[in-house]
Amino acid sequence: MIARALKRVGITGRTLVTAVPYFWLLLFFLIPFVIVLKISFSDAQISMPPYQPLFAWIDEKVLQVQLNFANYAFLVEDNLYWKAYLNSIFVAGVSTLICLLIGYPMAYAIARTRPSTRNVLLLLVVLPFWTSFLLRVYAWIGILKNNGLLNNALMSLGIIDEPIRMLQTDFAVYVGIVYSYLPFMILPLYANLEKLDLTLLEAAADLGSRPWESFLKVTLPLSVPGIIAGCLLVFIPAVGEFVIPTLLGDPGMLMIGKVLWTEFFNNRDWPVASAVAIALLLFLVIPIMYYQRAQDAESGGGLHR
Amino acid sequence: MNISIRTGLASLAIAATLVGCGKKSEDAAPAAAGATDAAPAAAAPAEEKVVNVYNWSDYVDPAVLEQFTAETGIKVNYDVFDSNEVLETKLLAGKTGYDVVVPSASFLERQIKAGVFQKLDRSKLTNWSNLDTEILERVALHDPGNEHSVNHMWGTTGIGFNEAKVMAIDPNAPVDSWSLVFDPKHAAKFKDCGISVLDAPSEILAAVLTWKGKDPNSQSAEDLKLAEDVLVSVRPYIRMIHSSNYIDALANGEICIAVGWSGDVLQARDRAEEAGQGVVIRYNVPKEGTIMWFDMYAVPADAPHPGNAHEFINFMMRPEVAAKNSNFVNFATGNAAAVALVDESVRNDPGVYPPAEIKAKLFPDLAEGEEFTRQLNRTWTRFTTGQ
Repeated sequence: MIARALKRVGITGRTLVTAVPYFWLLLFFLIPFVIVLKISFSDAQISMPPYQPLFAWIDEKVLQVQLNFANYAFLVEDNLYWKAYLNSIFVAGVSTLICLLIGYPMAYAIARTRPSTRNVLLLLVVLPFWTSFLLRVYAWIGILKNNGLLNNALMSLGIIDEPIRMLQTDFAVYVGIVYSYLPFMILPLYANLEKLDLTLLEAAADLGSRPWESFLKVTLPLSVPGIIAGCLLVFIPAVGEFVIPTLLGDPGMLMIGKVLWTEFFNNRDWPVASAVAIALLLFLVIPIMYYQRAQDAESGGGLHR
Repeated sequence: MNISIRTGLASLAIAATLVGCGKKSEDAAPAAAGATDAAPAAAAPAEEKVVNVYNWSDYVDPAVLEQFTAETGIKVNYDVFDSNEVLETKLLAGKTGYDVVVPSASFLERQIKAGVFQKLDRSKLTNWSNLDTEILERVALHDPGNEHSVNHMWGTTGIGFNEAKVMAIDPNAPVDSWSLVFDPKHAAKFKDCGISVLDAPSEILAAVLTWKGKDPNSQSAEDLKLAEDVLVSVRPYIRMIHSSNYIDALANGEICIAVGWSGDVLQARDRAEEAGQGVVIRYNVPKEGTIMWFDMYAVPADAPHPGNAHEFINFMMRPEVAAKNSNFVNFATGNAAAVALVDESVRNDPGVYPPAEIKAKLFPDLAEGEEFTRQLNRTWTRFTTGQ
């Protein structure tokens, strides 16, 4: 009866089900986004909260709306922000590439083992998540520091005489990011490679293709959606990464996450911090849209098959 | 450490933080100044037997909190933070639910202007006479008339160093002077040994300006440029720029010189002693002078239990309680009546309670204006990243 009543006003079970994710996005993405957007058009001042209100009633009749675009202009004027964005993208890009180079063979190997071993291997990939992310990054401090595990091992083996400085270098940041995000590369790749139709490879072999040829011409092209998914899952969080560069990196490493922190906490300039966040979001939306299109292409391709 | 959450997407985390404050911005912002000096609510008898305290990590003797609850029946919900910036951001967003918070005086100074705190009701602070009048005078530069705050601990910003390592490199190293860190001639020698500097722009600026014989609280562009040149000249020799990681790094020999806070360096000293590997850490107040900072009890204007907050602060002002805390954390108490009760080893440690001639050279780190803060932090980014 209720269903029929709802149907009369145009609400079916289908719309209710699809409404849930939309409601989720509205609550946890769109509303915070609008609030941040609003603050980004404001101006900092010493008060609670520390920015000027956007709307003001004049004589209780006229609603005055002040939009301050200066914060965005500020981002363009000072080359700090551009350099921080570009450097973050560079660091995230290199990390993603390394993750792909390590993650692809791992995902491939897992997908090709016996199902019983496969589950154990997958469990091992996910296992680090059972420990706090922060603790794992701290553990790397213990491994990489001058009198840490790695240097001590190398010295006792006689490979080096003096400890190599690894902590507070870019190397440590890449190690940290690749280590932390590798599972996000392996899992989508595995999901993709595991679905791969092995008869295609047999057909390729029957037609005289060598194993590496059939890998390059069959497996690799078919796994592109998995590669894109894995790369985006690593790249996007890595761009905004704050914890790993702060704990492991050289203080001179310029990352947008750190710039955002400085604006928000040190300068107490919420409007500029919000503008930085909005700009970062726009930077990230572009790859997400690209991903969306790749996904569409994949489902389109599936229909043809 | 400043990080308690996984900030994979820093922007989203910031967005989440802002949610709490956005809705009240329309009505609260213009009225903020007026709310500053709202009279503290009278301790309504209906007040729940709870006090919510937000303090620095490792900053009171836990036994003291138990004693407070045992005597008053008031339960203490005790949360900790480890940077003034994090505390300030929460306070400015409002409705923290905390009854007692402990900002440093230079931050408190600005927060009072923003209308964050209520005036304390002296009639409920019966232990007020225990306070050190010299500290009260110094704090009054931040909190005029001492109307909004009571000192918990104070300390200095100075130089911690690994004695053996520094002496091995240069037996004549000026360990009692800022020259050790700010003069490239000296700093260069300790590059491989490791130098750490606090990630506290305003304090380091003050230290450089003092070393150069300028007004440490200067807000002139010229002095800022001068300090930037000094900092850039020693940047290649500085390995860490962080406000807490240096404690461990100094204790385990990872670095050998740290510009740090007195109690933290002494904590590193104690940890090194416990580790028993022969690392000896020392703390010096530079002879040119340095910052004397204060961490202050204050009550937010919207505290849910202001009556309990006053009772808690008054309890902390008891001489024996303040002495216990001072013993526990290796910082100096601003409670004159407590000093005599502090353990001799702490009381006679010049790193904790500096002698009068050094005390005379200590100065406050006053809050800067908004525009200068931005210039300073921009300079700081140029110093840390070279951009």
